[in-house]
Amino acid sequence: MQFRLEKRPQPSRLMLYAAPVLAVLLTMVAGAVLFSALGYNGIGAVLEIFTKPLTNPLKWQDLGVKAAPLIIIAVGLSIAYRANVWNIGAEGQYVAGALGGTAVALLTMKMQGPWILPVMILCGILAGMALAAIPAFLKTQLDVNEILTTLMLNYAVVQLLYFLLRTSWKDPMGFSFPKTPLFTASQSLPFLWPGTIMHWGVPTAIVVALVAWFVMSRSVFGFQVRVVGSAPNAARYGGFSAKRTVWLALLVSGGLAGLAGVLEAAGPFRQLVPAFPTGYGFTAIIVAFLGRLSPLGCVIAGLVLAISYVGGEVAQTTLGLPSAATGIFQGMLLFFLLAGDVFVRYRLKAVSTRPAGEAA
Amino acid sequence: MSIEFIVAIIVAIVLVATPILLAGLGELVVEKAGVLNLGVEGMMLIGAVTGFAVTATFGNPYLGVLAAALAGSAASMIFGFLTLSLSANQVATGLALTIFGGGFSALAGKAFLGRTVPAFTQLFPGELATHPIWRVIFGYSPIVYFSLFMCAAIAWFLKRTRSGLILRAVGENDLSAHSIGYSVLGVRYAAVAFGGAMAGIAGSMFSLVLTPIWAEGLTAGRGWIALALVVFAAWKPYRLLIGAYLFGAVMTLEVHAKAAGGFFSALPSELWAALPYLATIVVLVLISLRRSGLSGAPACLGKPFIPTA
Amino acid sequence: MTMATRRTILKGGLTLAALPALSGIALGQEKLKVGFAYLAVPGDYGWTYAHDQGANDLIEALGDKVEVTKVENVGEAGPNVERVLRELAQQGNKLIFATTFGHMEAAVKVSAEFPDVIFEHCTGYMTAPNLGTYNARFYEGRAVIGTIAGHMSKAGVAGYIASFPIPEVVMGMNAFVIAARKVNPNFVLKAAYLSTWFDPAKEGAQAQAFIDQGCDFITQHTDSPAPVELCERLGVPCFGQASDMSAFGPKMCLTSIVDNWGPHYIRTAEAVIAGTWKPAQPWDGLKEGGLVVTPYNATVPADVQAAADAVKQGQIDGTFHIFKGPLKDKDGGEFVADGVTPDDGFLLSMQTYAEGIEVIQ
Repeated sequence: MQFRLEKRPQPSRLMLYAAPVLAVLLTMVAGAVLFSALGYNGIGAVLEIFTKPLTNPLKWQDLGVKAAPLIIIAVGLSIAYRANVWNIGAEGQYVAGALGGTAVALLTMKMQGPWILPVMILCGILAGMALAAIPAFLKTQLDVNEILTTLMLNYAVVQLLYFLLRTSWKDPMGFSFPKTPLFTASQSLPFLWPGTIMHWGVPTAIVVALVAWFVMSRSVFGFQVRVVGSAPNAARYGGFSAKRTVWLALLVSGGLAGLAGVLEAAGPFRQLVPAFPTGYGFTAIIVAFLGRLSPLGCVIAGLVLAISYVGGEVAQTTLGLPSAATGIFQGMLLFFLLAGDVFVRYRLKAVSTRPAGEAA
Repeated sequence: MSIEFIVAIIVAIVLVATPILLAGLGELVVEKAGVLNLGVEGMMLIGAVTGFAVTATFGNPYLGVLAAALAGSAASMIFGFLTLSLSANQVATGLALTIFGGGFSALAGKAFLGRTVPAFTQLFPGELATHPIWRVIFGYSPIVYFSLFMCAAIAWFLKRTRSGLILRAVGENDLSAHSIGYSVLGVRYAAVAFGGAMAGIAGSMFSLVLTPIWAEGLTAGRGWIALALVVFAAWKPYRLLIGAYLFGAVMTLEVHAKAAGGFFSALPSELWAALPYLATIVVLVLISLRRSGLSGAPACLGKPFIPTA
Repeated sequence: MTMATRRTILKGGLTLAALPALSGIALGQEKLKVGFAYLAVPGDYGWTYAHDQGANDLIEALGDKVEVTKVENVGEAGPNVERVLRELAQQGNKLIFATTFGHMEAAVKVSAEFPDVIFEHCTGYMTAPNLGTYNARFYEGRAVIGTIAGHMSKAGVAGYIASFPIPEVVMGMNAFVIAARKVNPNFVLKAAYLSTWFDPAKEGAQAQAFIDQGCDFITQHTDSPAPVELCERLGVPCFGQASDMSAFGPKMCLTSIVDNWGPHYIRTAEAVIAGTWKPAQPWDGLKEGGLVVTPYNATVPADVQAAADAVKQGQIDGTFHIFKGPLKDKDGGEFVADGVTPDDGFLLSMQTYAEGIEVIQ
């Protein structure tokens, strides 16, 4: 017997929401088996990674802080991907955002006032957009593949960060360590409640997702993006400009990645260091897919990924699981999700290819 | 500058260029078939750890390279199954493979930390292989000669053979290739498996030849340079060879400039590091400006094949 | 068969999963829980490896009295570091070591949140009532290997593979070249900054470039054993960094400067158990065992061994200080005045290169 994929007449609503849940469950099962086979406590590892961060209230704020940048970036990416614009340069745009904000911070070191932080955030967003404008220009004017240009720019921007930290942005009191001075109070993101680590970036992420959801489902822009992405020909008849959509998709996703970068720099980091880029821009691609390219889905998906990071650290402290486990779990999660996705559009049909009685 | 010194620089360039050449050649074939596999770095790491583990266990580096090719190929089949059979998004799947490969290689390599492996024996007699001048031709690891052979073989395959023509047809227009009766998925599976094998061998070049040790993240992002290289070379094997040596020259000149001081040191090292990526963007722009059609990206690059049933 | 396997997995899983919950309650006062936050993984054979060896020394020395938890790949800075330090404190660790400079700000912040937990931070300078620092005088080891290179180098040119131009690295470079020039006044040290602590291929390529340009000694202040492994193949003498790298260079690795954190970890844990711990800023040298120079390779001639031992012994009994003036800087100006032995503050903020160093930043 053989299985064949058959296209569903309509994408399955059930599978659309069931696939991510199934992917998480399958990852847990496969992870337990894999790590048991490798001689670790597989089931314990899965429980520690996926449940501890949720059941331990002390971990909730960690989850929020970890998830916030992932959600903000992923919301932007999901809009771009809906428009069929493959921005994989969010990592670079995230760093650019931090650079933009830090440039303002370094100029205002001796100043005070409530205006400084908003200016930093604005510059961060603009820096992210500026970086994304390069692939947008090349795509619309010269038809250069945006996957390749956005990917290449990631590495160039990280080198720019290294260069600035090593030269003009280096803390003069920092013993020549490649890092900026700590930001002042006027330059730092305040905390939601004193005594916690929950900063204003966390509710910002939720607001960004809600606004994006509203725009995508209720506005002409959202409709345009979805039409251009799913049916370019129809869009042309409808008078929607593909070029303008490319520009908008890249500017929105770049701007949001820049926002995440400046919030992270002004929030948890409060300075720029060479270790600032930690791959959030790449992880957010997983988040966007896990969240079904929907802004609200990205919130949940961002939390799931945050759980895998925070839980991975818990499993290290309690079970001695190596740090590499986190990568394996994230990789598997995406594999299962992408595999499960196919059932949204297709269903499995059994086709008998052999005479009855013969073992398959 | 003595001739021995020039020889030493050439040898260094060839060594650092070979892994990106190998991985780039593999990815070139994959992309020519219309598939974009961003998992090169992950497959390289899996190849690196497998090659090292097998060589450390059995003592034969040739066996290690073979195992690395098989491991890279096996890893690429995860990608192949998801993107080809299940039409999953290629960008996301490739990134997942890189994340997974990094974690998997780190875990699998734990038992081999701190070990050393036997080196390749020289292919040519010692008088030639270690001669201060003639080593520029005879003094390399067998993998280097293999990479040159593969470059010629792939160029010939793509240009002169019927199978190569089919592969290109599948990458340029999958629907017509399908309608004439070629198995689009079959060709793409073969290309992806080949790309995985080449990335695996490229990875083993790190753990067996360049720095014969195993360490987490040993390839340090060279897989992304290989991806850039394919674009830089405008999907042409011989240009890829030149591009690999150009990128290799940039990386080598950087360390030599630091050792020597003088003119090149005026440029910050970060600019050297960013140069391959910036150059690739420039080449992309130049290709688009010329618009000769043939030198551009394969038309179906990165798009899933969905036959209109 | 399959059933049995599944049952074994389940059983193993459940017993072990139950353990962490138990350990927190049952052990209470008996064991001191000690947490380590590692920059990278012990498999780097460099910085983190050395800290891991120290942690293992602690386990071996104090046995049942301590329970050690290690977290790998915490990274150099940022919210991850804070989160891991907080996590370790919340898990009941009463003594927590943050093992790299970049952990400093996070250690200051988290130590303020957990006043009953003792924190120690490696190579930093900020302290608090429950936060101490610790460091080792790596430059003393550099003086020993510089002496060896000064004696044995025919070209009188060595290559120094460096990470970042921070005082610790500049100090090590200076100690090396000052020691070498005491033997060979024309000795030159070429230094290159790679802007990374760990990139085996790049470290190897830099070593190759140095050798191609005529350096006949290689030394490094980056963490991977790649340069040692390369030198072994090329027959160029070199020195191991942070851990004993002789396994990678049985013939050519003349000696290694080993970061020996074990004694400090044991002393600190004992002080915490005894209730006598106070925030301090120890900077241990060869005398206190903060670093160890491993036995010389047999290829080092006896007279060179004796000269190296003399430098070593002089630093142990305090009769020799590598930075005692007069010293010139690389442009010929005064670096340390005649007869002056600089204090630790001078050393810890060192930005000037000594005479004989060729470096590009």
